[in-house]
Amino acid sequence: MPFKNRDIISIYDFSKSDLLHVLKVASAMEKAPRSNLLRGKIMGALFFEPSTRTRLSFISSMEQLSGQAMGFATAKVTSTRKGETLWDSIKMIEQYVDIIVIRHHLEGAARLASEAAKIPVINAGDGSNQHPTQTLLDLYTIQKTKGRLDNLKVGMLGDLKYGRTVHSLAIALSHFSNIKLYFIAPDALRMPKEYRDALSEKGIPFEETENLFDVSKELDVLYATRIQQERFPDPLEYEKYKGIYRLDKTLLNHIKPELKIMHPLPRVDEISPELDNTKHAVYFEQAGNGIPVRKAILSLVLGAVK
Amino acid sequence: MKKELKVSAIENGTVIDHIPADAALKVARLLDLENHAELFSIASNLQSKRQGKKAIIKISGKYLTSEEVNKIALVAPDVTVNIITNFEVKKKTEVQLPNLLLNLIQCSNPNCITNHESVTTKFYVLGKEPMKVKCHYCEHVFGAKDIELM
Repeated sequence: MPFKNRDIISIYDFSKSDLLHVLKVASAMEKAPRSNLLRGKIMGALFFEPSTRTRLSFISSMEQLSGQAMGFATAKVTSTRKGETLWDSIKMIEQYVDIIVIRHHLEGAARLASEAAKIPVINAGDGSNQHPTQTLLDLYTIQKTKGRLDNLKVGMLGDLKYGRTVHSLAIALSHFSNIKLYFIAPDALRMPKEYRDALSEKGIPFEETENLFDVSKELDVLYATRIQQERFPDPLEYEKYKGIYRLDKTLLNHIKPELKIMHPLPRVDEISPELDNTKHAVYFEQAGNGIPVRKAILSLVLGAVK
Repeated sequence: MKKELKVSAIENGTVIDHIPADAALKVARLLDLENHAELFSIASNLQSKRQGKKAIIKISGKYLTSEEVNKIALVAPDVTVNIITNFEVKKKTEVQLPNLLLNLIQCSNPNCITNHESVTTKFYVLGKEPMKVKCHYCEHVFGAKDIELM
């Protein structure tokens, strides 16, 4: 499906060839970091919910391609505070920009925005639902550091219940061959049934455990996540699980030598800084991969590349 | 022996048969029978070979819209809808859950945008038995027990 003018809302909207095409364009972007591809184009960065990496990397991507960015970093400065609906906000903002990037705390907000707008909309995170450009950069990181997207054993650790990155990554990986997933989480934070069912329907094998060392020796990639305080409806529940997993040098005795450790960041205490300088840690490189991947998405959707 | 009718026949209107006994009042509420001006009757706990116990609703002077039929399919997917004219069954249809549900159910996810803005809800039916629907907006998947009608 062509990318020009397409909304980027959910990883469910991507076929395998779509995913591979974005990764291919991202690789080309990485080789030629600066260009005039998006000169004259304006991106509206509508961050109704705070974000550091995603917002800055979208703005940087746009500006590195000679485009411009405008927007806001918190809903506090918008007319939402005065009671304006999201629908109305989008109808107004779409007249000022060529493309909208939106983050919102409500699930489905990006889909609704895409229906309100005639211009393309990119979802930069809607509650605990989707964050497709994060998933694309996760895939890009796996491809770059492992050299492949097939024949992989991938462990996902931590908050698998509320963590949108692991939900979308599991679905994206299900397009590839000979994938096995390992869900490492306490029972209360296990991968939701709808995702387990979706994987079973696609014939993707997975195992569930609470103990990382039960499965760590099997893994090619370990994707750690933060226990996200902001997603827990009950603060007491959060207190029970925060800090439940902490990766440190003891992990090194229980892994394959070529294991790569990923994390969408920010981390709190899930990964000890003592692992940062090991060959396993790729999480900062992963955050950096947001640039070529978001450049690829912006250029494809704005029709600057095919 | 002539089989005795538990509820009297109607001249013109609709008879909804094979309603699970525990869904009869839900169906009546869905059709807003409380505000129906003409005669209607609800008979429940009737013996049924097919279902064990079933309910029947007879409504004079009302023919169901396709939207109403779709709503019924959500709470009672196996009912039969009979259109009655001059005391005779003119048309008999089994309800079918459509693949797309527009503005029929409310999303059970409190964080879904549809619970915060005025939006026509849209659900994809992923499975009919057991029923499984997916919200077009928040992408959550719900089973029959989590479905809330509008």
